[in-house]
Amino acid sequence: MISYAECSARERLALLLDAGSFHEWLPPGERVTSPHLAQLGVPSAFDDGVAIGRATLDGHAVFVAAQEGAFMGGGVGEVHGAKLVGLLRRALRDRPVAVLLLAESGGVRLHEANAGLIAVSEVMRALLDVRAAAIPVIVLIGGANGCFGGMGIVARCADHIVMSDAGRLAMSGPEVIEASHGVEEFDSRDRALVWRTTGGKHRWLSGDCDALVEDDVAEFRAAAVAALGASKPLTLAALEEEHALLSARLNALPADTNGLDEATLLWRALGVADAQQVPDLSVTAVRALRTC
Amino acid sequence: MSDVPAGLETLDFFYPGGRPAGAFPAVLVGVVGSGNLEVMLEPAAGNDCAVHVETSARGFAPIWQAVMDDFHARHPLAGVRVSINDMGATPAVVSLRLDQAVAEINRGQP
Repeated sequence: MISYAECSARERLALLLDAGSFHEWLPPGERVTSPHLAQLGVPSAFDDGVAIGRATLDGHAVFVAAQEGAFMGGGVGEVHGAKLVGLLRRALRDRPVAVLLLAESGGVRLHEANAGLIAVSEVMRALLDVRAAAIPVIVLIGGANGCFGGMGIVARCADHIVMSDAGRLAMSGPEVIEASHGVEEFDSRDRALVWRTTGGKHRWLSGDCDALVEDDVAEFRAAAVAALGASKPLTLAALEEEHALLSARLNALPADTNGLDEATLLWRALGVADAQQVPDLSVTAVRALRTC
Repeated sequence: MSDVPAGLETLDFFYPGGRPAGAFPAVLVGVVGSGNLEVMLEPAAGNDCAVHVETSARGFAPIWQAVMDDFHARHPLAGVRVSINDMGATPAVVSLRLDQAVAEINRGQP
């Protein structure tokens, strides 16, 4: 077993795809780097924190992008975002079996401000175009930095999300919530709380991800292979169904939670009997608990 | 306030002679993260080893010189371009990354 969380983006590509099949576009030697970071005294990365290209997965032609969480928290800058958009647009032309996004990102790279924000919105638009062309976009989340901010939205725009229990997916990250709403609302140093509200098990039980796996590259690969045909219709009916699910979740909690743990209350409301046991259960056991 | 100006420091080192590395696909090791660096080795024309460093830690040129001299003594490569993006890696980490990069070249060759 090889920990997916501990691998770099390039190690994930080497281990998850068919051996030696990854062909990179705009590789590090091309030096397509951030035009902004050097002005701020911050070193660039030769790939701007994301590797993109084509490969085969179980013999099927796929396009793939892998974000490097260790470089600026996987933040999406102008070039990083443009590489993702270029990959997705090329998928419209070349029609691979699927597009895989190995996401690990805190969202927009704040150093690049508006350029990063625009880049993320362009990624969303390009991703939805790919989905509309019936090419599934599969997101894998299991890096130590999680998948937050704009990339959290991008992930939820995709057809299929695979998460490990170590993975995290949300809009605002723990520190952001604490900074804006106070420590009484959310204590970002409470790791158990962070995983109860953003971690893979929670996302699985609440229906926000489509597969829950162990922190193991082989399990991520198997789940990605299984998802290759997982195109979901991008229709008004599907969106309304999603809205109904979100409304139901919002109303599942009582108005006054009496200081009880909200994640546990939500799991109970979703039909999980021994909800307080969830954080201690194995991935296999949690997988069997999903009701929605 | 420090009198060292803000911004990146750029350093270049140049080692003539050495053992020709021959043709190899470019290798990249490491990540530009805190206390870490990325090292890219690419084949280059000529009989030299040229090293280009961009680092956020300013004022350490003599230490870089010593680390690179040491690297060249271990691996006297020629026809190689070494490019480094550094975010405050210690000399030991830099040396290990350089050795890792050379090992990657050799792994790709019989």
